[in-house]
Amino acid sequence: MSNEIRGHILNYLKNKVRYDGRKLEEYRKVSVETGVSKTAEGSAKVTIGETVVMAGVKFEVGEPYPDIPEEGTMMVNAELLPMSNPEFESGPPGIESIELARVVDRGIRESKAIDTKKLCIKAGELVWTVIIDLIPINHAGNLFDAFALAAMLAIKDAKFPEIKNKQIDYKKLTSKKLPLLVEPVSVTVIKIGDHLIVDPLLEEEKVLDARLTVATLPDGTICALQKGGSKPLSQEEIEKMIDLATEKAKELRKHLR
Amino acid sequence: MEKVNVKDKEIVVPGEVVAVGMSYLPGQGIYRKGDSLIASLLGLVRIEGKVIKILPVSGKYLPKRGDVIIGKVKDINFSGWSVQTNSAYPAMLSMKDGSSDFIRRGADLTRYFNIGDYLVTKIYNVTSQNLIDLTMKGPGLRKLEGGRILHVSPSKVPRIIGKQGSMVSMIKKAANCNVIVGQNGVVWIKGADPKDEILTVETILKIEKESHISGLTDRIKGFLESKGKKVTGE
Repeated sequence: MSNEIRGHILNYLKNKVRYDGRKLEEYRKVSVETGVSKTAEGSAKVTIGETVVMAGVKFEVGEPYPDIPEEGTMMVNAELLPMSNPEFESGPPGIESIELARVVDRGIRESKAIDTKKLCIKAGELVWTVIIDLIPINHAGNLFDAFALAAMLAIKDAKFPEIKNKQIDYKKLTSKKLPLLVEPVSVTVIKIGDHLIVDPLLEEEKVLDARLTVATLPDGTICALQKGGSKPLSQEEIEKMIDLATEKAKELRKHLR
Repeated sequence: MEKVNVKDKEIVVPGEVVAVGMSYLPGQGIYRKGDSLIASLLGLVRIEGKVIKILPVSGKYLPKRGDVIIGKVKDINFSGWSVQTNSAYPAMLSMKDGSSDFIRRGADLTRYFNIGDYLVTKIYNVTSQNLIDLTMKGPGLRKLEGGRILHVSPSKVPRIIGKQGSMVSMIKKAANCNVIVGQNGVVWIKGADPKDEILTVETILKIEKESHISGLTDRIKGFLESKGKKVTGE
């Protein structure tokens, strides 16, 4: 049956139309909201079509890694809640959630978006740790892009809490924001048959041949790539996918303001 | 003292005492506790003579004997097929109800229905434990080939089908698609052109969204006409 669904989706794509009536390279309606959580220092909610995700930023203090004594650290966690999709199970994180967290992490880390040197409180002793938590509220496809966008928005929304004698007072937030250098945006391009599409639906994600997540900066610099799916990609295809992702990133970037 | 606390078509929440007294009977979504009738669902109250029932606003599908549903084959075991019905309870299609052929012991059951196949099937029994027994014997019951699946709220299914199937046949004719609506909220759509299928999906989702506003049929008719489709008959 999954073959049958694949054939059906391919037939749609041949007719230059998607399962929900969109064009191949068209995004669903995106809306964003920040400051949605009272308990997190920074938070954001991103809605892409029927997909809804939330991101939260928490601060902690701790010892730095011995090899980078003057730099703060960053962590990304994704938890795929059973509430958001019947196929998700509660329990230890699966392959999917680990990949999602790592792809978002890599986009932010490798673009050097956060100035980690400014997260240092006392070199070799105390630094800030930024923890980004990602959760889906409803999974209707394209968690990669939604998570990446939500994470960036939450980072931009975050404010440092007050700190006294190595103790954080989470109830008092300062007006100091996270030191940001650049703002990466991730776009995932999906290949089904010979067709390249963006913003996949759940049905399309299930039958994809290959996917490529591209994190880019406004000037088109590529910060991170992640390839998934069982089929290989040729060089031309990768080039086409990157071009498409860079172009779509411009649209998504508007929501970062 | 006997009295009804609500008006017809009023919205009630679970736990609300709808009526007091033994002269009223509990229908769907209402249970009796001592003297009073209490709502167990969120929905619109209907008072039909002595019977008080609730039309749920939303909710999971509750299996009922005689319902024609669309299910997905989840597993194959020694005695038949295990089917996903979009409800909370397990459903079985036994070998003898699955096909009129004689199936030899140890035969390959995937020849009939494989895992992942969608079936139009009928509930012929729901046990006291809410186990569902299915059958494929009956007019129109079959395995579905091709097409796409759409999930809607089971409480909206009567609106999508319409009076004596008027709504669904209007959509079928106008959009030139084959449509089967299962009572469990699973809809199967197949048309020659993807654009027709998309229009059908849009129309059904519109019905689901606007079913509580009056004048539904005319609005859907207008919607289909605005998409350049000819709507004939009632």
